Amino acid sequence: MAPTRDEQHWMYRNMVTSRKFEETIAGIYFEGKTPVFSMADGPIPGEMHLSDGQEPVAVGVCAHLNPEDVVTATHRPHHQAIAKGVDLDKMAAEIFGKATGLSGGRGGHMHLFDADVNFACSGIIAQGMGPAVGAALSRKMQKKPGVGVAFVGEGAVNQGGWHEAMNLAATWKLPFVCVIEDNDWGISVSKGDSTAISNNADRAAAYGIPGVRVKDNDPYAIYEAAGEAIARARAGEGPSLIEVETYRLAGHFMGDAEGYRPEGEKDALFEKDPIPKMRAKMLADGIASEAELEAIEAESAARVEAAIKFARDSADPAPEDALTSVFA
Amino acid sequence: MNVPNERKLTIARAMAEAVQQEMQIDPSVFVMGEDIGALGGVYGNTRGLLEEFGSERIRDTPISETAFIGAAVGAAQDGMRPVVELMFVDFFGVCFDAIYNLMAKNIYFSGGNVKVPMVLMTSTGGGYSDGGQHSQCLYGTFAHLPGMKVVCPSNAYDAKGLMTAAMRDDSPVVYMYHKSLQGMGWLATEPGATVHTPEESYTLEIGKAKVAREGSDVTIVSVGLGVHHALKAAEQLEADGVNAEVIDLVSLVPLDRDTIRASVAKTGRLIVVDEDYMSYGVSGEVIASVTEHDISVLKAAPKRVAYPDVPIPYARVMEQFCLPNPDKIVAAFKDMKAA
Repeated sequence: MAPTRDEQHWMYRNMVTSRKFEETIAGIYFEGKTPVFSMADGPIPGEMHLSDGQEPVAVGVCAHLNPEDVVTATHRPHHQAIAKGVDLDKMAAEIFGKATGLSGGRGGHMHLFDADVNFACSGIIAQGMGPAVGAALSRKMQKKPGVGVAFVGEGAVNQGGWHEAMNLAATWKLPFVCVIEDNDWGISVSKGDSTAISNNADRAAAYGIPGVRVKDNDPYAIYEAAGEAIARARAGEGPSLIEVETYRLAGHFMGDAEGYRPEGEKDALFEKDPIPKMRAKMLADGIASEAELEAIEAESAARVEAAIKFARDSADPAPEDALTSVFA
Repeated sequence: MNVPNERKLTIARAMAEAVQQEMQIDPSVFVMGEDIGALGGVYGNTRGLLEEFGSERIRDTPISETAFIGAAVGAAQDGMRPVVELMFVDFFGVCFDAIYNLMAKNIYFSGGNVKVPMVLMTSTGGGYSDGGQHSQCLYGTFAHLPGMKVVCPSNAYDAKGLMTAAMRDDSPVVYMYHKSLQGMGWLATEPGATVHTPEESYTLEIGKAKVAREGSDVTIVSVGLGVHHALKAAEQLEADGVNAEVIDLVSLVPLDRDTIRASVAKTGRLIVVDEDYMSYGVSGEVIASVTEHDISVLKAAPKRVAYPDVPIPYARVMEQFCLPNPDKIVAAFKDMKAA
């Protein structure tokens, strides 16, 4: 199953938007943080985990999702949020800690909630598994359409909660898909140094469900694997597991010197940057013209620019609003 | 005294009846937990529900608290109203991330755009030599962390009304029930917990304390089983001509500080009885509620009858030495008077 022309345009557009968003955030992040780096300063304080390089996972999966489908993501959520259709203005404003943000500044970049498109992310490894499985349970019990998708990193499969949730989803045959973004690094510890097996899709066998590993960060192969898993979930045939070999082109967080990376690794990864690769393929396949691609790129850049402007121009929250919204 | 049409229920029966009645009118309510199906709950609070509602809505889970509590958060955010059981509160250690980082925080993190209408019911309390991983109360642990309402009934009437209120609340409610009040065949129950409980559905306001006994000489504040200790102590004190007022907190979050303050303003003396660990907990919070508001109402320094800061021992004599009881409350009052 290959993506249609329109789907490929959508996938490319969202990959470019995501990359542009991250590049823009990265440019702003160090404002006010020099000459002495202090995470607390500048218009975007706190930790910042960028998703450069991991865009194919988000678009290959979310191409199959509708707003009613439920996605949980991780501490590195921007590409998935964008692909799921989270309001970009409000998302940018939340990252800037503004009153107009998704949560009025209460959440920040690791806690983006957009109920309109059923997206949420959280900051602790494997934490989104339970809620996505629970959403899948809710849909099954209510006989309502929709699947639950949990994006996790490869480090998450070494958390006990990951296995509990996989077992629960499989035991109850829920419309659930777990997508592992394997960027090979849990902060500074490589997958090989932390994980007993190299292919986490093999772990699906422990739960009696299908497991697929997608190589080379290929948006087309991800699209195909996700399409099968999500169709299976929608048909009531139960959960699936997908692991994608992807690349973290940035550090774990902004400011990460990445001294743990083997020499030359980053250069090699940039050689395989999935965005120029997809661009070249679309041109070669006659899926998009140069002019169409340039238009997508210009529109994506303008969309990001508008979102960042909205965020910058928005007011700070009233400090005392910190005391509200504890309860519903 | 004979009460016409009296209908005494145990807390277990009252809880099950509340869930049953809510499930009959609200299809979004369902129950998940370990041994809550065919067994009816280790503490009987889901007894009979499987037969009426089936295994889809009365859902036995694997022993995977992180997964099913996390799943309840996801289901609650998606329009369901799950009631989940953490069999012993002591087991929170394996799943607290799902409780305090997800259940308790998602409303706030979403700026109120997401609701988390779920009930986490869990058993508390020792006194029956079950050892230090099956006997704790941990009221202060849960009440300390923002984002969760916390309730703790002392009798079946309150248990039913609190459960119905908890299921209708759009915020997460931790429902802590004490094993020694539950009315189980395998564990002695405080008779005072089994009280008249109306058949029809009703709610009790969460965050509202009750004056369990009116008095003028000392205020004894407690929750759950401690309320019964306090009432018994009050009877002993009455024999000595002391008129004690007993406040049943009913809810720990929100804490009804006004009712506590009004009572202490009247009596001038305060004793807090807490089966949870003494330090950094409910007893200190209750005292602070009074002292930081108006210390001048106090005729004597407040007293605490709480569990000492040690893990809970197995040997009967050791555990009983540590637990609050009516005699300790009476002794605390006498110390207070002597000071």
